[in-house]
Amino acid sequence: MIKQNVSGSVYGVVLNDHASVRKIGDALEAAPYKGAPKAPAMYIKPANTRVACGATVNPPKGAKTVEVGATVGLVMGHAAARLNRANALDAVAGIVLAGDLSLPHDSYYRPAIREKCFDGSLPISSVKPLVDLANLVITTEIDGKVVEQRSLADLVRDPAQLLVDVSEFMTLSQGDVLLVGVSYMAPQAGAGSQVKISAEGVGSLQFSIAGAQA
Amino acid sequence: MKRGRIAFQGAIHEVTQAADGRVELADGRLLNEAEVNWLPPVIPGAVFALGLNYADHAKELAFKAPEVPLAFLKGPNTIVGHRAKTRRPADATYMHYECELAVVIGKSGYQVSKAEAMEMVAGYTVANDYAIRDYLENYYRPNLRVKNRDGCTPLGPWLVDAADVPNPMALKLTTRVNGKTTQQGTTSDMIFDIATLIEYLTSFMTLNPGDIILTGTPEGLADVKAGDVIETEVEGVCCLINTIVDDETYFATV
Repeated sequence: MIKQNVSGSVYGVVLNDHASVRKIGDALEAAPYKGAPKAPAMYIKPANTRVACGATVNPPKGAKTVEVGATVGLVMGHAAARLNRANALDAVAGIVLAGDLSLPHDSYYRPAIREKCFDGSLPISSVKPLVDLANLVITTEIDGKVVEQRSLADLVRDPAQLLVDVSEFMTLSQGDVLLVGVSYMAPQAGAGSQVKISAEGVGSLQFSIAGAQA
Repeated sequence: MKRGRIAFQGAIHEVTQAADGRVELADGRLLNEAEVNWLPPVIPGAVFALGLNYADHAKELAFKAPEVPLAFLKGPNTIVGHRAKTRRPADATYMHYECELAVVIGKSGYQVSKAEAMEMVAGYTVANDYAIRDYLENYYRPNLRVKNRDGCTPLGPWLVDAADVPNPMALKLTTRVNGKTTQQGTTSDMIFDIATLIEYLTSFMTLNPGDIILTGTPEGLADVKAGDVIETEVEGVCCLINTIVDDETYFATV
């Protein structure tokens, strides 16, 4: 039984897996990026984005599909700053499965508030016990069909290193969540889709996208 | 009315500004504003900040003015109250202040039209949205390492009721470093005004009470060093004071 709730802020990171870095490719060296990111490339999912398992998400007007960034979130058990690799995971009370939804966008140059912060754009599971994340495989199914499988073995910064590099400049509070990364141009779900995100030994998260199926 | 929050004698108090400028507790006690521990005037919900929302500032940074608002988010870790100390890391070579009018949302709203947007506003305060340009990277720029550092966004001291600020789009902004004026502007130069920002944000997300919009800064940036006292003031709202400290001072055991 995990007593910690997701009560604080949710932070996420992009380009934290080698597959995404390969996919964006040489563009990282060109304008506007002019080089691969040094610090974690982060964003914030505010409170209006959070919905529970079973939710129906209404994308903003004009949106035809949403990207489903399947990931795991580290739920902080206590306030933590300036962590080191040895103590980083001690600050984690548990994990959540998350469907970090975005309106499709292929540029990471400017903050993507409209794309990433619409109401309901972060379905998250209840808090589960922390398991060994090193080889955890996250599976995304849309309408019963597997559309993505990714292993956290492919992370650029593993969960401990991500906590170290984020907490170097910002304190994570009890109940905050740090998502460990989403795929670049993740699979898209259209109106009426049923989405399921699961990981063996963790459980699953289900939600649907509002609207009639095309 | 001007409302604030302080820690005093082991408790958190909601306070108001007395006629003589002192801090008044609910029970009538009057305190010198320099002698109390100021908290941010509101417990922050979602905190938005605007990049390049003044044409002169966009030019100063060699960007053309944006066509849609360039909004980014901040976490609660970065918000601190009046008279706090903000850290300048040892490796920073360019850390600048940004004087901003902060709009505090007072009610929930989704898909709010520009015509109704100002009814969402509870009041106004002042923010100093520090940036450390050494850490700028071109990913979701301005990135969190620049704009979401612990204690790098002082806010306050007062939340001024919207009714007491009849024209928020015509207020002078002034920054003084050690008493010398370094930044001046007016909110009338905003590219996207407050009502437009609220209409834009609520077109895709619900704004809630306690959410805060930092509306951007005009030109006049300058590097600040440890020991500098920075006053950011918005006419008719309040004057926010912050002091820059070095790593040794910030992390010192006291």
